[in-house]
Amino acid sequence: MALYQLKAHVISALIQNKEMTSEEITKAFLDRIEAVEPKIDAFITISSEEALKQARAVDVKIARGEKLSSLAGVPIAIKDNMCTKGILTTCGSKILNNFIPPYNATVVNKIHAADMVILGKLNMDEFAMGSSTENSYYKVTKNPWNLKRVPGGSSGGSAAAVAADMAAFTLGSDTGGSIRQPAHYCGVVGMKPTYGTVSRYGLVAFASSLDQIGPLTKDVKDMALAMNLIMGHDPMDSSSAPIDYPDFSKSIGEDVRGMRVALPKEFLGEGIQKEVKESVLSAVRVLEGLGMVVEEVSMALTDIALPAYYLISSAEASSNLARFDGVKYGYRAKEYDDLIDLYQQTRDEGFGDEVKRRIMLGTYALSSGYYDAYYKKAQRVRTLLKQEFSKLFESYDLVLTPTGPTTAFEIGAKVDNPIEMYLNDIITVPVNIAGLPALSINSGFDQNKMPIGIQLIGDTLKEHTILKAAYAYEQARELPGGVLVEL
Amino acid sequence: MKITKEQVEHVAKLARLNLTEEEKISFTKDMEAIISFADQINDLDIDDVKPTDHVIPINNVFRPDVVVPPMDRELLLSNAPSQENGCFSVPKIVE
Repeated sequence: MALYQLKAHVISALIQNKEMTSEEITKAFLDRIEAVEPKIDAFITISSEEALKQARAVDVKIARGEKLSSLAGVPIAIKDNMCTKGILTTCGSKILNNFIPPYNATVVNKIHAADMVILGKLNMDEFAMGSSTENSYYKVTKNPWNLKRVPGGSSGGSAAAVAADMAAFTLGSDTGGSIRQPAHYCGVVGMKPTYGTVSRYGLVAFASSLDQIGPLTKDVKDMALAMNLIMGHDPMDSSSAPIDYPDFSKSIGEDVRGMRVALPKEFLGEGIQKEVKESVLSAVRVLEGLGMVVEEVSMALTDIALPAYYLISSAEASSNLARFDGVKYGYRAKEYDDLIDLYQQTRDEGFGDEVKRRIMLGTYALSSGYYDAYYKKAQRVRTLLKQEFSKLFESYDLVLTPTGPTTAFEIGAKVDNPIEMYLNDIITVPVNIAGLPALSINSGFDQNKMPIGIQLIGDTLKEHTILKAAYAYEQARELPGGVLVEL
Repeated sequence: MKITKEQVEHVAKLARLNLTEEEKISFTKDMEAIISFADQINDLDIDDVKPTDHVIPINNVFRPDVVVPPMDRELLLSNAPSQENGCFSVPKIVE
């Protein structure tokens, strides 16, 4: 096994036991990136020099016998919507094609404090709006299981980089499924934590009441380490939850017998690919074999979650993206008549089609005469969805669903139809609307050998319940039929 | 719901977007499809349900009133497309 194929917790042990240096590991990953990036297109920026500098600095600390975090020296890569001081942060957009942040996002400070090595910034749909990474201004990321297919999105670069062994793990962000859906398409583990448990300070805002940063990893043990790294209260983010954060490594290996799992029948019906449904049902048998109790339930509001999501997220985006005006940072149009024209021309040239569509929808939904019918009504739907989940969690520990209705589709297949593209998120968005934690993990492959993911949803702040069930499932599952493309 | 080109022009103006003629035509079509899709929520009679703005109940977040050094002015201006005398520079707005 090559060094770059190792899981983060294995790399961590090699470094801590002084069997390998961080520099050796980092070089192995940089070589891997150089070799496969031309095929995968996962990165917008590769920060080789800084990475090697960070790695050598960690090695000096280790040689001196300093006590460091368990992730010290482990190479990570980050979605390009998290601010990295001194390193280009584009958000996948032309309008930020020259933006060098003067500060670090809180998660980036946490990565530095843990002495981790940052390999670079990952491709994404522009402003995290999309489900395929085809909306990036810079490049289209390919799915490492089939280079003709999309990796999912918007954290497509983050998922593809983990699947293609280009980083030990990565960070993405999830507003309506943007971590879990690409994790499902690329056969990796992806988690969206409870809203408010990971600081959004320095995350370029899309929809502030839904956005949440989370990790994409090779296995559940790595996920626990990654969650320990990024979670925590931050005074710089007013929506950050001031609670005691547990050590998620303790969830790994806990007894799962008697856990109760709800299986909503709406997500196994019409519109769900046959093999996806079969894979979920095979996962049910694995969970039952582990002593869990799985029962079919009904969720009445599943149809209404997606329209409510597009109204809320677009409304918040139209407000958040008002700051991109060609004055303080980023792109500015070359020709304009006056100040208003400078704004308008800069924004028309700087934003891509999907971003403009969402700004237009959001502006419409917030405009005079439509606010009550759209935005406020969507916020009422949010109350109902929250109540529906709360009711389920009175009787169940977890809710099990497919992560998406289908496996990864071909590049270009859905670009002309926005609504069809939106339907990819139908199973993931209710989780964001209700602010819940959820994880996607590979449960098998379809006949085209594309990965399938199942989604485990937990109650508010019950990440440990999800992780212990996911770990038990990971140990017990059988995964025939998957072969990565020879890269 | 029917969306007209005039509505698209009005919303684009509010959103500070200089849409091209081509974009106005394609956005009229897209907006109509997306708003019809979003209109599904108006099938629900839920006016008595309280809206939720934030999913976790955190209100009135305060912090100690402590003076900390601000970010470096030159560093902040270094991303500006145009700057003059330590300020962001824009076209003249007062005649």
